[in-house]
Amino acid sequence: MAILDVRDLNKSFGGLQAVKDVGFRVTAGSIKALIGPNGAGKTTLFNLISGVLSPDSGTILFGEMPVQGMKPHQIAEKGIARTFQHIRLFPKMTAIENIMIGRHTHSRAGFISGMLSLPGTWKEESRIRNRSREIMEFLGISSLAESESTSLAYGQQRIVELGRALACEPKLLLLDEPAAGLNMKETAEMADLITKVRDLGITVLLVEHDMSLVMNISDEVIVLSYGEKIADDVPLAIQKNAEVIRVYLGEADA
Amino acid sequence: MTRNRHLQVFLLIAVIIATQLATMLTDTQHYLTQLTMSGYYALVIIGLCLLIGYAGQISLGHAGFFAIGGYTSAFLTTYDLSPVRDKAFIVLLSRMGLLVSTEDLYGGQVLHLHPWAAFLIAIICTIIIAYAVGGPVLKLKGHYLAMATLGFGTIVYKVVLGTEGLGAADGISDVPGFTLLPGSEVSGKLSQRITNYYIAWGLVIFGMVLLLNLVHSRVGRALRSIHGAEDAANAMGINTGRYKLNMFVISAVFAAIGGVFLTHYNGGIGPSEASIMKSVRYVAIVAVGGMANLWGALVMGSVLNFLSLRGYFGSYDDAVFGVILIIIMLFTPEGLLRRDLFSDIREVFGTGKDRGERA
Amino acid sequence: MNIELFLQYLVAGVTYGTIYAIVAIGFNIIYNTTGIINFAQGEFVMLGGMTAVTLHAFLPLPAAILSAVIITMIVGAMIEITFIRWLASPSVLRMIIITIGISILLREIALHVWGAGVKALPYFTGTAVSSISIGDVHISPQVLWVVGVSSVMVICLNLFFSYTQPGRKMRACSTNRTAARLCGINTKNMVTLSFVLSAGIGALAGCVVSPITYIQYDGGTALAIKGFTVAILGGLGNSMAAVAAGLILGILESFSIWVMPTAFKDVISISILLLILFVRPSGLFGSKEAAQLKEF
Repeated sequence: MAILDVRDLNKSFGGLQAVKDVGFRVTAGSIKALIGPNGAGKTTLFNLISGVLSPDSGTILFGEMPVQGMKPHQIAEKGIARTFQHIRLFPKMTAIENIMIGRHTHSRAGFISGMLSLPGTWKEESRIRNRSREIMEFLGISSLAESESTSLAYGQQRIVELGRALACEPKLLLLDEPAAGLNMKETAEMADLITKVRDLGITVLLVEHDMSLVMNISDEVIVLSYGEKIADDVPLAIQKNAEVIRVYLGEADA
Repeated sequence: MTRNRHLQVFLLIAVIIATQLATMLTDTQHYLTQLTMSGYYALVIIGLCLLIGYAGQISLGHAGFFAIGGYTSAFLTTYDLSPVRDKAFIVLLSRMGLLVSTEDLYGGQVLHLHPWAAFLIAIICTIIIAYAVGGPVLKLKGHYLAMATLGFGTIVYKVVLGTEGLGAADGISDVPGFTLLPGSEVSGKLSQRITNYYIAWGLVIFGMVLLLNLVHSRVGRALRSIHGAEDAANAMGINTGRYKLNMFVISAVFAAIGGVFLTHYNGGIGPSEASIMKSVRYVAIVAVGGMANLWGALVMGSVLNFLSLRGYFGSYDDAVFGVILIIIMLFTPEGLLRRDLFSDIREVFGTGKDRGERA
Repeated sequence: MNIELFLQYLVAGVTYGTIYAIVAIGFNIIYNTTGIINFAQGEFVMLGGMTAVTLHAFLPLPAAILSAVIITMIVGAMIEITFIRWLASPSVLRMIIITIGISILLREIALHVWGAGVKALPYFTGTAVSSISIGDVHISPQVLWVVGVSSVMVICLNLFFSYTQPGRKMRACSTNRTAARLCGINTKNMVTLSFVLSAGIGALAGCVVSPITYIQYDGGTALAIKGFTVAILGGLGNSMAAVAAGLILGILESFSIWVMPTAFKDVISISILLLILFVRPSGLFGSKEAAQLKEF
């Protein structure tokens, strides 16, 4: 069963067609990777799915529901969470506060109840905090809870950002280059975490340049080149695909 | 953290009472007048502090909201309804007990709206205007946002200055007292001086508690996240546009409440309360207090306004605030009163252990 | 409304519009080289006019104006060197607040030096009542001075940016500051130069217009808001469009007196500013895509 069904998606910037007639499905509970040379349109595609950009044409079905053109916060409420290629943690906030922001869509207190600090909001606050602690424990970063997020090591920041997205309890998790800037050991840890997340039943769609990571953990891989999809298959088949080798593996140093 | 917050509020209450007792013991009770006024200005400043420091949106037009509150209330409580007292609507208002009759300076009777009704109308007007203006304005960023709020402030200023019904350049005077409870009214009467001091600062305490709660709530966290990284906040499901707008409206209401009470206290309001210089002054004080620091804004707001109202800056009043703005922004854009300052100092002396919890 | 009155309003509109355009060009020059909106732009106009009035007590008119312009240019340079030059990549909010602080400071200094009264230079030629008739319209010669001097200024600026070495360097800065620096252009000096230039044209505008509009220590803010309106209307950074936009705003404002009390004249132009910001922040003549590329 496909949790995400993208059909005939198009997006251009001025004269540049960044995404051209792209369509694919992501099976619920799987890890799907999106690869392609720089400028292939991967991040644009991510931004279209997460609502940062709206497509010129085409549909994006999440579950059965069309979500193209919705605002990012609406898409997050529907159950799609994301991380960023360049880490976007909230500065001047601790790691756990960052993750608590992720609980936003699962809590309700508004301006009035926040100002009056009603008993209901205390209970909600402690629920938010407890759930965030659980998530940090799950990711093995409990010890970082009270550290200021932007003072953490790069690899730790990546994990906190993953935790923040997990706190949304998404059905679909979009990871934009989760291993960028990580060393080999950290990349392996990240791969473990991503499979652990998948085992929770969360579908993962990721953009990544690190081929070992992609080929190890993905159930399926899509290859983009100049905004067009050129392959969509299991990792082993992708590695043997002549077209892919020509446009991608042949040129890149992977 | 919660206990810490309660302690801070109790400290504030203690300082307020101690200040009043001090003026009594040193026979400087006349200071209470300016202290009361700076309390009302402090209300504007703490609201603005949340908008600028937490939600990250500058407003160069908050004196406009102060004036909308003050002028609406002043107009409604001075406009004489006696000539139209037979009209059905006025009779209805009168039956509902919303009208009162006061004696003006020359002994004539003035029939006007009850201050409570005027207060409510003033706040409702402010909320409507703040939503109407904030909606489109907060979509702008940077220079555009600054200029648009400056534009809004200028429009309010020019309108009150140019409207005969609002007293044009003279403003509205003879605004009656605002009886909150029998025996205690917001007015400049000498017999009510201590009461008014506590009314003003009681409001400040109440406002501080509300805003401190807000800062430490889910909403406060969301606001800080918008300031930190708006795109990421959006991706976490935060409707950043709505949060900014609500914060804008709340800060406008704080300004308007300050405006209404100060107008009754002073017995009038003039166009200078709406001037751009006032708006800039509020921003300057928030900046000195340390942008995202409610306590800093409150302390600097009370001290600087008190000094200014007592006339310590003489004819250099506006210049002082201009210089403050420049110096703070050049050398310490995070503000003068910030936690890091103390931890920086601690580090210099080699005892920098762990950093204290942030407010 | 008869045709004569119509033309008189038109002339008044063109006079004010020209000044707004000059202020807008001042905004654009600084914005192009630095990305900063200088909120103290209106104060340059005030400062130029005030200085010229004072100097005119000792000097003949042309010398007084020339000295006033030079003095204001020096003030512009000093402002940039003291407050702006040494800041490393300041945030937009910080720059807004600093330039607002500068504008307050200049205004307060003016209040203490010249007092709160209105001042004006004498009419350059003729008197307040003399007029030149063109058909049915009677135009004060000073209007011709305003329009003439402003036109010459715009032409000179154009020549400066197109054909001189520093002008080209400034254009390079506005296209890409980093690249310009890498090519060996001293971008910091170009920023100083942009402050000097916009102070100079502001001051000259203040001198020629003062016989008609008078000047007061606090006149800068209103001019700055209107100049900014015009800059936005024409598309921020586009000086030629600012001239057209200035005339449009000036004429609209002038005719607004016809339907509303004079006291609300400023309300009209600021409402236009808000409307443009809400509906079309790229300006009447700017392209939307280009506007998106600019850092706001």
